[in-house]
Amino acid sequence: MTDAPSSHPGWVEQELYGWGRYPRIGSLVARPESQRGLVAAATSAASNGDSSSGLIAHGLGRSYGDVALLRNGRVILTRRLDRMLAFDESTGVLRCEAGVSLEDLLEVFLPRGWFPPVLPGTKFVTVGGAVANDIHGKSHHADGTFCDHVNSIDLLLASGEMVTVSRDQHSELFWATVGGIGLTGIILAVEFALRRVDGPWFETESIRIRDLDHFFEVSAASTGFTHVVSWIDTLAKGKRLGRGTFSRGRHAVGNNQPVGKGLFSKLPLTVPIDLPNLVLNPFTLRVFNEVFYRKQWRAETKGLVHFEPWFFPLDVIGNWNRGYGPRGMIQYQIVVPPDPEHRAIRTVIEGIATSGMGSFLAVLKEFGDNAHGGLSFPMPGVTLALDFPNYGKPLFELLNRMDRVVAEAGGRVYLGKDSRLSKEMFQQMYPGWQEWKAVRDEWDPTGRFQSELGRRLGLVQGPVDKAEEAA
Amino acid sequence: MSEDVTENATEDQPGRGCAVVLGATSPIAEAFCRRAAEAGYSVFAAARSAEAAAAIAADVSVRSRQSTGSCAFDALDAATIEAVFAQAEQELGRIALVLVAFGDMGDVGGADVGGAGELEAARRVLDVNYTGAALASEAGAGALLRGIGGSQTGDVPTLLGIASVAGDRGRQSNYAYGSAKGGYALYLQGLRNRLFKLGVHVVTVKFGFIDTPMTHGMKTAIPIASPDAAAQALLKAARKGTDVLYFPFFWRFIMFIIRSIPERLFKRLSL
Ligand SMILES: Cc1cc2nc3c(=O)[nH]c(=O)nc-3n(C[C@H](O)[C@H](O)[C@H](O)COP(=O)(O)OP(=O)(O)OC[C@H]3O[C@@H](n4cnc5c(N)ncnc54)[C@H](O)[C@@H]3O)c2cc1C
Ligand SMILES: NC(=O)c1ccc[n+]([C@@H]2O[C@H](COP(=O)([O-])OP(=O)(O)OC[C@H]3O[C@@H](n4cnc5c(N)ncnc54)[C@H](OP(=O)(O)O)[C@@H]3O)[C@@H](O)[C@H]2O)c1
Repeated sequence: MTDAPSSHPGWVEQELYGWGRYPRIGSLVARPESQRGLVAAATSAASNGDSSSGLIAHGLGRSYGDVALLRNGRVILTRRLDRMLAFDESTGVLRCEAGVSLEDLLEVFLPRGWFPPVLPGTKFVTVGGAVANDIHGKSHHADGTFCDHVNSIDLLLASGEMVTVSRDQHSELFWATVGGIGLTGIILAVEFALRRVDGPWFETESIRIRDLDHFFEVSAASTGFTHVVSWIDTLAKGKRLGRGTFSRGRHAVGNNQPVGKGLFSKLPLTVPIDLPNLVLNPFTLRVFNEVFYRKQWRAETKGLVHFEPWFFPLDVIGNWNRGYGPRGMIQYQIVVPPDPEHRAIRTVIEGIATSGMGSFLAVLKEFGDNAHGGLSFPMPGVTLALDFPNYGKPLFELLNRMDRVVAEAGGRVYLGKDSRLSKEMFQQMYPGWQEWKAVRDEWDPTGRFQSELGRRLGLVQGPVDKAEEAA
Repeated sequence: MSEDVTENATEDQPGRGCAVVLGATSPIAEAFCRRAAEAGYSVFAAARSAEAAAAIAADVSVRSRQSTGSCAFDALDAATIEAVFAQAEQELGRIALVLVAFGDMGDVGGADVGGAGELEAARRVLDVNYTGAALASEAGAGALLRGIGGSQTGDVPTLLGIASVAGDRGRQSNYAYGSAKGGYALYLQGLRNRLFKLGVHVVTVKFGFIDTPMTHGMKTAIPIASPDAAAQALLKAARKGTDVLYFPFFWRFIMFIIRSIPERLFKRLSL
């Protein structure tokens, strides 16, 4: 117990990684307890004469790749900034610090009849991370992204100043921060609207899907549902390509049966240690996909379910990512624009199926029309998310091939899940990147905010790039 | 406000009176504020910075819809300590629970034995962790006595004072802090004895490693508990009337062993 005096947020060396546990990168890490502490930490990082090595915010580390990591730089953990600052019971508008998690929101507000505006596939995400990756959920076609419900953002700038940005105040910075992967500044607080609900219950339906065309048919016929998602068997080829299970649902109306607090919040299972790399292998993969598909043995089932296992099936097993072993995993999420013949998505699924490196979890969903530009991922079209054990080179080659298919179709890769996309592919996929960068550079001319992903994609300059430029 | 028979009752809970927390910016104390509100207490948060205390109180009231209040104080200034209780009583009524949470680990034990910097640092550590904590406990006990008999839930008014396992044996790395915490534990022991027949309970809290700025980045083989787990242990100890709380519990055994090492041997060790 001989650490630094309390009120000075100390910097400690720590190895960090995202949910994919690849890559793992050491940096100097601070974990401030308050907004004031965060500002002090950011300032101390700047005045230590190594401001060129950069700074990035890190929420709960639920992005998969290197978007919240920084080699030879400083990382500020925001999770302890978890104060709820003000709530308007009549409108559902909440102002809270950036480290408040969606889990926290559910725990505090669901018993009072309020629900987060958008939920991703896990509740262990901070509000800051939700803004920085402009996250989407099963209800994208109905509700848009998380940021569609955000009124304003308090941002700590590179200059050390704090600004509040919104659709009317510094709107260009607001839009650059939406999906801005932490590179415009550190989000201190966010004001956004919760949604009124009657209770935690969802009316759901589950439909067995024969093939890709069937998926699009059912998807088109699901407009009466606010939430849709489907799981597909990535090993199915030929006529069965795209087979799986389609789930759709909506908040149950009038059913406000209370739920015991914390009923679902305890994790009954966890993977306490890394499983050997071989546990998730082609054989277990085949069994898993087969079982998952057969589970839905009736063509259609309906039910009233608690939202939690339905939204977060994976949260039930804590640290499930450790099941992929020490080498970690790669998640690959793409979206391609609508196409009556579904060529690109078919090519990608086929490419995976024939590679033999099938994915354990494959999620397919059509997005709505809402898109934000900049680096925000969602756009009209169909999105596919895949999990791969980190097979290394052969997998990277496969994904590079898939990148080209996606880019040619006018689609893109989700940066919040990426650890390997090339700069060239990125520039093709995000045509608005230059305008985004121009705004970013204007507010952070010396490049204080950096990340591994930002450096790789040429969005910011790392020390190496800077040295090269000078030479 | 003190005549209000429903105290701070909400739709689903009877009111339990007010919990006053000194040093609310400590993550342990802040978690305690949230948990106490959840358990039915109104919460008065006091911290060095008025702004920080207000933010904590606002958070607690958004989360729990309990009434809250806040103010600034400095453990080095006895008058500000007394003012905390007066203001809490005035704003929120009967005080039922007091947590003395502030502490300052300081930076004593370097190479400069007896140097001017050391003396100044040692004075501060002693003043905050011993004098300040003892005075806050004394004033808190007075406030709890004033509220005696007012509980509708039959709870015993309780003072929780945060000492430390570091107070169980003097060690080269932090004996200024350790001795202040040890002295404070002794103060609490006497206070408990004095208040017993008056109907106020005193809990001496000896924390091991809790995951706060004090310990962030510390490399240790001993597991570190979360501030929220510590806060829940505090509330449980108040409810059960525990005298001396070691948390996590195994520190009772660790410190038993450390206290059992003969001094002749101990003085040669660097634990
Ligand atoms: C099981 C699982 C399911 C998921 N499902 C979905 C899904 O359905 N839809 C979806 O969109 N995403 C999904 N995700 C991804 C996840 O929602 C995003 O990656 C989210 O951004 C993670 O938030 P975080 O708080 O963990 O942030 P981190 O992962 O720590 O950081 C993510 C980014 O946010 C930035 N950031 C974090 N806090 C701040 C701040 N205060 N200020 C500025 N920048 C900040 C970081 O710099 C980084 O760029 C899923 C992830 C998992 C593990
Ligand atoms: N963490 C552990 O492992 C551990 C172990 C044993 C005991 N403890 C004890 O637990 C308590 C809480 O500590 P923590 O771990 O949460 O550490 P912390 O975050 O450093 O909290 C210390 C608190 O004391 C306050 N404080 C310091 N000097 C003060 C002064 N002069 N006047 C008023 N307040 C003052 C600080 O306020 P500011 O915000 O204004 O700085 C801060 O809120 C302390 O008593 C500590 O000694 C902790």
